[in-house]
Amino acid sequence: MMEHIIEFAEVVSQWTIPLAMLLIVVWAKIRGVAMYESFLVGAKEGFGVAVMIMPYLVAILVVIKVFLASGLFDDAKYVLAAGLRFAGVESTEVVDSLELLPLAFSKPLSGGASRGLLVEIFDDEQHGPDSRLGLTASLMMGSTETTFYVIAVYFGAVQVRRTRHTLPACLIADFVGLTAAVILGFVLF
Amino acid sequence: MLNRIWFWLLFIGIVYGFGKGVVESYFPPAVPAAVESDADAKADAKVDADSPGEPVVVANPFKQAGQNLTTAAIEAAEVSVTICLNLIGVMILWLGILQVAKDAGMVDALARLLRPLMRWLFPDVPDGHPAQGAMLMNISANMLGLDNAATPFGLKAMKELQELNSEKETATNSMATFLAINTSSVTLVPISVIALRSAAGGDPAAPVAGILLATIASTIAAVIAVRWLSKLPAFSDNPPPLVAGADGASGVEEDSV
Repeated sequence: MMEHIIEFAEVVSQWTIPLAMLLIVVWAKIRGVAMYESFLVGAKEGFGVAVMIMPYLVAILVVIKVFLASGLFDDAKYVLAAGLRFAGVESTEVVDSLELLPLAFSKPLSGGASRGLLVEIFDDEQHGPDSRLGLTASLMMGSTETTFYVIAVYFGAVQVRRTRHTLPACLIADFVGLTAAVILGFVLF
Repeated sequence: MLNRIWFWLLFIGIVYGFGKGVVESYFPPAVPAAVESDADAKADAKVDADSPGEPVVVANPFKQAGQNLTTAAIEAAEVSVTICLNLIGVMILWLGILQVAKDAGMVDALARLLRPLMRWLFPDVPDGHPAQGAMLMNISANMLGLDNAATPFGLKAMKELQELNSEKETATNSMATFLAINTSSVTLVPISVIALRSAAGGDPAAPVAGILLATIASTIAAVIAVRWLSKLPAFSDNPPPLVAGADGASGVEEDSV
């Protein structure tokens, strides 16, 4: 049953764009819009916007990548695992759950890094995609967004420098999403 | 806020990398950490992320640490430009399509349909303003996992919101609300997770319902957080020039590293 729903959802998502385009041009045809001209009016904006965000993107991605390249995440995981063992926590489930920490922290920073970490959990002999850990990691990945990247790009496009409460609000939302993902991981799987 | 995060990410990254390089020179690690290179393109879901291969014995860990940081910085700059170049075509296509839909009156029809919701979420955006339509298109594209279409609509929405902004360098409440909803987006079809799971040979379907529930929770949290934070004096409409450590976001700082 669930497979059918997913199959259907995937089909829908593949057809969304072509059908939306069709709907738009048919609607425009009925309304008698000069669509070729109006397409060009909108399209002329596209280039400028895409080029304008470049400096903002470089600024944010460089610091994020340098931070990730320092190896801090991997070490923090070892330290925590050692600390837990030292404290006498023997449950492998708890120690395994630490594998999710780097994913939780890297997802708001970098899509590429978090994808790499997710694939690592999937490829691990002990875990795999259908283990509790793999499923929880999938939930975490799907319920958050690369927040820093999105904020940099969107505000870059309009040259806004002072973002006020945007970042804290987005990070609170990410935190809630991650927490919900972990709780659901324990409840569902 | 962004200034401080920017500084600390760079500072911690370089200082930690330096320290780690020094330590590893004296105590060679048993298992060297694999260096990951990744293209941070949000758009392409089918990235073949390289899992760490067999451990490589590093001859000079200190030199290697410096090289990793240098490579990371330069690669990030190159990747950023690649992302933008890839975005140009998609932006042109979708903004063109959006204009056709607008001229045909479709976007207005959609905005009219969801007017009560939009009024409640974005009280500063007048009814029938083009920002409403662009934001709706962005949120819909995000829900369906269509990242390629979502970004152009989102950037268009930001431009329209900027038209309503009297302080051009400061974000408005509507912009903050829009971004919070965007980044916490309710997800019906998590395309990238589905793709990665089927690539790894797992059941692609399993986490979809959970992701839907978790994203509903995070979107509710986003709306509440954005409302609550916008009322705090620290994030008032015309903040004084930033003094280091005076923007009072202490309650939120824990999640932000």
